Amino acid sequence: MPEVFVEKLSNFADGDRRIVFHDGLEIGVFHWKGSFFAYQNLCLHQGGPCCEGVIMNKVEDVLGPDKTWRGQRFDENEAHFICPWHGYEYDIKTGECVGNRSLRLKSYQTIRRGEDLYVVAG
Amino acid sequence: MEVQPNDFRRMSEEEFDTTKLLAHASRQARERGYEKFPIVDVDSHHYETESMSEILEYLDDPVLKQVALASFKPNAKNARLMNTMVGYQDMGGRIPRYGLRSLEKAPAGKELRDTTLTKRWMDAVGVDVAVLFPTPMLALGVHPQVEIEIALSRAYNRWLCERVLAHEPRLVSMLYLPFNDPDATYEFVKEFSDKKGVVGFLITSTRYRPVHANQYMKTYALLEEMGLPIAFHGSYHWHDQAQGMLNRFISVHALGFVWYNMIHLANWIINGIPERFPKLKVMWLESGLAWIPFMMQRFDNEYMMRTSEAPALKKLPSDYMRDMFWASQPMEVTDMGLLEQTMRVIKAETQLVYSSDYPHWDFDLPSTIYDLPFLSDAAKRNILGGNADKLFKLNLTGKKLANVP
Repeated sequence: MPEVFVEKLSNFADGDRRIVFHDGLEIGVFHWKGSFFAYQNLCLHQGGPCCEGVIMNKVEDVLGPDKTWRGQRFDENEAHFICPWHGYEYDIKTGECVGNRSLRLKSYQTIRRGEDLYVVAG
Repeated sequence: MEVQPNDFRRMSEEEFDTTKLLAHASRQARERGYEKFPIVDVDSHHYETESMSEILEYLDDPVLKQVALASFKPNAKNARLMNTMVGYQDMGGRIPRYGLRSLEKAPAGKELRDTTLTKRWMDAVGVDVAVLFPTPMLALGVHPQVEIEIALSRAYNRWLCERVLAHEPRLVSMLYLPFNDPDATYEFVKEFSDKKGVVGFLITSTRYRPVHANQYMKTYALLEEMGLPIAFHGSYHWHDQAQGMLNRFISVHALGFVWYNMIHLANWIINGIPERFPKLKVMWLESGLAWIPFMMQRFDNEYMMRTSEAPALKKLPSDYMRDMFWASQPMEVTDMGLLEQTMRVIKAETQLVYSSDYPHWDFDLPSTIYDLPFLSDAAKRNILGGNADKLFKLNLTGKKLANVP
């Protein structure tokens, strides 16, 4: 399996991302809360560059104990990256499509070698 | 919460480039061999408000022109000549091109920026000819001043014909009809029907005028005689009392874009307009496809019981619908079985025409049609271009005009 250089760790801040290209394949690598996650940069909807969209936390409704709606908030524990073409949202930690979690982006292993980060493109 | 900046292909905001945004679409075009057949997009958009200073120069009324020009000055914060819709199509910034495309650069020179940017996305996705429509003006049908709808749409039509369609053979349009004034509607058809690139006329569906009113018959007769199609374009209206009960934009959008077309289609058929104008070609745009089998079943079922209330009909409502043309976008694709049956009942091979709606948030690429497993190659080519080529008499005969990067 080819290992593709992603970035020097010193240049890859938490919260940032890189898109790497290898033999026609595009992989989005996210540095998120101390971990690295890598997914194919190909939206399951119409093939958009899903890993290149904005990152936003999950939106959730806030209900009172009596089941009345009290408002909305962002879930600080779940972040999504969002395909810039049409808005399909993916869980940054799993690659699952949050509208239907049975759909999941192809994921890739990342490897640290010294000060460098690689992704296994296969 | 952490929000990343725009990260498209490492573009800064100032470098936003549609060609880069749609690089994956260009790859689809190359891989699927779109160069082998023409692709016609029957419903695409631009943002005419970005050219409004030019458009307003085409206003006839000097008093209105003065008011309009003043209202579009940067310091005219409280002046609004055009009505706008409450809503947030950009999903709170999740679709970054909404904000960024207004910053997109086009080389200064001979060609209008609107034309350059439109051809840029057409090339990127492999579209040869696009039917171009405005965006904010889709709401003009609920402007409280009918005279403003007439004046602005006439100015827009003149600008579009003179500045865009006259110069760019890959762009055509079905021109806006000020449907709230039946006489002006008729006059518009006479004024614009012979202009280069005019392939039909458009009724923006969001309005409160019944299509069977007697005052419109002369316009339908004229269009039938000219062989030009009439199209109804869906939109939403959150100020509509019924839609006002919906609290989320997803609901207003999902129902609104179908709601007015359902009403217009019901009136069109039950009042026997297809029997009165059997050669008039009718199109329905931007309502998707899922509503069509619903309307067919619902009205066939009721017609069989209440035949006396639709005495003009000589066949089932669904039979008239099978003579009409349907634009594909936004094509509902979450149940392939239902989609296949929908295409069967509407005779998609001859009656369905591909539409992208680009650059709006729910656009469809040609691959949404090309990749369908249940269509023959001939059907795909008809839907993607052949049907529209015939309907609009484009005479493409296999010509490829798109330059896919």
